[in-house]
Amino acid sequence: MSESVFPQLEALLPHVQKPIQYVGGELNSTVKPWESCDVRWALMYPDAYEVGLPNQGVMILYEVLNEREGVLAERTYSVWPDLEALMREHGVPQFTVDAHRPVRAFDVFGLSFSTELGYTNMLTALDLAGIPLEAKDRTLDDPIVLAGGHAAFNPEPIADFIDCAVIGDGEQAVLEITEIIRAWKAEGRPGGREELLLRLARTGGVYVPGFYDVEYLPDGRIARVVPNRSGVPWRVSKHTVMDLDEWPYPKQPLVPLAETVHERMSVEIFRGCTRGCRFCQAGMITRPVRERSITGIGEMVDKGLKATGFEEVGLLSLSSADHTEIGDIAKGLADRYEDDKIGLSLPSTRVDAFNVDLANELTRNGRRSGLTFAPEGGSERMRKVINKMVSEEDLIRTVATAYGNGWRQVKLYFMCGLPTETDEDVLQIGDMAVNVIAKGREVSGSNDIRCTVSIGGFVPKPHTPFQWAPQLSAEETDARLAKLRDKIRGDKKYGRSIGFRYHDGKPGIVEGLLSRGDRRVGAVIRAVYESGGRFDGWREHFSYDQWMKCAEETLVPQGVDVAWYTTRERTYEEVLPWDHLDSGLDKDWLWEDWQDALDEVEVEDCRWTPCFDCGVCPQMDTTIQIGPTGKKLLPLTVVK
Amino acid sequence: MQRIRLRYTKRGRLRFTSHRDFQRAFERALRRSEVPMAYSAGFTPHPKVSYANAAPTGTGSEAEYLEIQLAEARDPARLRELLDASLPAGLDVVDAVEAHTSSFAERLEASVWEVRLDGVEPADAERAVAAFLAAGTVEVERRTKSGMRTFDARGAVCRLEVAAAPADRPGDGPCAILRLVVRHATPAVRPDDVLSGLRATADLAPPVPAAVTRLAQGPLDEETGTVTDPLAPDRDAATAASSTTAGAAMAPGRPS
Ligand code: B12
Ligand code: SF4
Repeated sequence: MSESVFPQLEALLPHVQKPIQYVGGELNSTVKPWESCDVRWALMYPDAYEVGLPNQGVMILYEVLNEREGVLAERTYSVWPDLEALMREHGVPQFTVDAHRPVRAFDVFGLSFSTELGYTNMLTALDLAGIPLEAKDRTLDDPIVLAGGHAAFNPEPIADFIDCAVIGDGEQAVLEITEIIRAWKAEGRPGGREELLLRLARTGGVYVPGFYDVEYLPDGRIARVVPNRSGVPWRVSKHTVMDLDEWPYPKQPLVPLAETVHERMSVEIFRGCTRGCRFCQAGMITRPVRERSITGIGEMVDKGLKATGFEEVGLLSLSSADHTEIGDIAKGLADRYEDDKIGLSLPSTRVDAFNVDLANELTRNGRRSGLTFAPEGGSERMRKVINKMVSEEDLIRTVATAYGNGWRQVKLYFMCGLPTETDEDVLQIGDMAVNVIAKGREVSGSNDIRCTVSIGGFVPKPHTPFQWAPQLSAEETDARLAKLRDKIRGDKKYGRSIGFRYHDGKPGIVEGLLSRGDRRVGAVIRAVYESGGRFDGWREHFSYDQWMKCAEETLVPQGVDVAWYTTRERTYEEVLPWDHLDSGLDKDWLWEDWQDALDEVEVEDCRWTPCFDCGVCPQMDTTIQIGPTGKKLLPLTVVK
Repeated sequence: MQRIRLRYTKRGRLRFTSHRDFQRAFERALRRSEVPMAYSAGFTPHPKVSYANAAPTGTGSEAEYLEIQLAEARDPARLRELLDASLPAGLDVVDAVEAHTSSFAERLEASVWEVRLDGVEPADAERAVAAFLAAGTVEVERRTKSGMRTFDARGAVCRLEVAAAPADRPGDGPCAILRLVVRHATPAVRPDDVLSGLRATADLAPPVPAAVTRLAQGPLDEETGTVTDPLAPDRDAATAASSTTAGAAMAPGRPS
């Protein structure tokens, strides 16, 4: 049933780019005997191997599942078009890189979507695997197609293609699903796929789109979403892992032979974020904050470095400097690995003076090249709207400290197209950059100071206060950014010291369509896939015109269009496509937060102020879990 | 400062590892096994590793060589075990000898290659080989970074013969196995150049890509066309050194 397709694949590999990405065999990868397991998972990150391999979500689930007796998990990634063409020509199916088994032979085909731009790649993989694209056409010979990851919080655009979705943390969810499948198989698969999906849906934690009917109003809005089977819940809940120290995964991170985007030993130091930035879907859907303890982190880093030989440690989270013991963690790790040439990095940090100390600690032995800050909004007013509470004085003070400590380059991240934004708000980004340079020159006494401004287009996301907001059109985004560019270029005194990087507004519109789309958007995805659309996260493959042409052909007959999904503002009464997926956030609280945004009123962080009733903790039966534990990291002695 | 020379393999599916990929994996293995490496000077110090004559991506090998420099001495056999355990299966460290001689790279004079041609009748291969060997020169073309290049593929080939296919070979259908000894020359002649040569002289066109493995590299005996172990001089020097010390310790009453 599950013979390796490697011999057939091997003959194709000499003809493709970077064949090493298709052969597996990574350090710490696992191949279990097929017959020794009764529940088998194929896990996919639907992007190229070089992006997908380092993904923590897939790595964690792969290990959690493989640790279990009688369960196996293998990985599969998107193949590049050169190999896809050869696989089609020679009849080689989508395969796992571990044992090169055909994906169709597995019980579950689990896909991890950290971005919506992987949807067309999912269709390519299904088709290559020989699995019918639409769930309704699948039989007992096909795996259950399961979506997870952040984008799964609104799986409606892919509702026709998946059998089910899980929202939230996957560690416990995949084990529960495994047990249900095991029992159903042991009983001889009674009732076929329908029965299995029913059993999953009745847990309340697995969303089966086929068990819900969507009814529309004449104006195109959703009238209601109703379960069409008994025992299927009205709303499906997200999963939350409550004690990260009990889930120290990945313990044995995969070490690729091929070069990938992220080659370091990553440790998630906490999950969730309650800073309350209103544009941030990740922050909203991962509440509450759950810290890993300083000692738990120390142990993971130690074991992980031994298992991998990586020379860099990344302390991951949504806002890593917010860990209650980050200072001790950074210092402890820097002390411990002082002689081992191990680098430390924090991917996400906020703007305050404390972070410069931290950055100094992290670069104790290295070069001080660039520091990154994300004020996100150019004007004070804008930052109130998005609830990013940083004043320009804070930023300038921080930057002064940084330049004073030998840093020479500052990178600032912003968004364009935020709700209520005007040209003036965006033009102020230029003023901020000028002030940063001026301060830098003053403090360092040197003209060799740079500031790079990097701007992304804002895309309103489900389960955030901005889920009702109109998205700025691509044309307006481009026009606004052009004005800012001209302003910066025109500055005789400072312009040459300011780098300006931005994305045009077009990809954001497609992302917006997929983020806030409903089931009708599935037809667009399918049409784009069928006309050759692949790898939409890659500039060289993405085609805006193709997306717009397919949208025109498939949406207009259904009475809606791209603008209806993107630049249209929603009202309080509107049923949103994801309302039946419960992230714990109270819809009224989100609405009030949206109104506060329009009134430029900020909210505090519930870690340090009383609960502001976002709804998550009571609804999901969770609590904030933070330190300090007061413990310190001990230096480890190396046993020779 | 101790120098150790290692032989390693690229087996099975890991033959698709490029040399760059191998370098990264090897440096990680050095860290995992806590080898006390000597580092280069400079702002970003690198562990001192020198690689010799790596086989091309996609080619298997039983005989790749590299040399490392250690800041503290280690037992080569123990080091081999540690490094082997720290690399993925297929990239296997199979031999380790302390360096006692110089100019190791120059000792790698020739390689022994095995080329498996699935779908080719051994008799057809025999005919092509005979035609190739009979020719004085065989001009072939290869795409290089600086465009198409034409050169002789015959001169560097010291030996070329058709070997019997192993009985336990997977799959059925015809299969011819070539064994060749090629002198390392400039421009380098690779097994695929020899295959181009077989195509040019005798129209030999394998239906599927050949599976190529380097079996050995080392000093070449021009007379017999055999390749010997390039680590042998180091091994001999090591045995000689240890037997002298051992001999000294065991000789009672030796005048000092
Ligand atoms: C490291 C990182 C990267 C790295 C590595 C990406 C990779 N291949 O993994 C790099 C630098 C390459 C990167 C790039 C990008 N990133 Co990024 N990245 C992160 C970061 C900091 C950590 C991600 C992580 O490892 N999380 C931890 C893991 C364990 O969580 P997880 O993947 O969600 O998995 C859990 C669950 O979701 C679930 N699950 C996941 N998959 C599945 C599948 C199944 C079947 C099931 C049942 C469950 C399940 O179980 C897992 C365990 O609980 C996050 C911020 C954060 N802390 O999450 C941003 C983040 C994910 N990135 C983000 C973005 C926007 C991007 C980019 C699009 C940026 C850009 N404009 O180019 C690109 C997209 C690249 C791509 N094609 O994926 C956003 C996502 C936006 C959103 N959803 O609102 C985040 C949340 C940051 C933010 N605050 O905006 N990123
Ligand atoms: S419910 Fe209260 S404590 Fe929990 S995340 Fe929301 S605001 Fe914070």
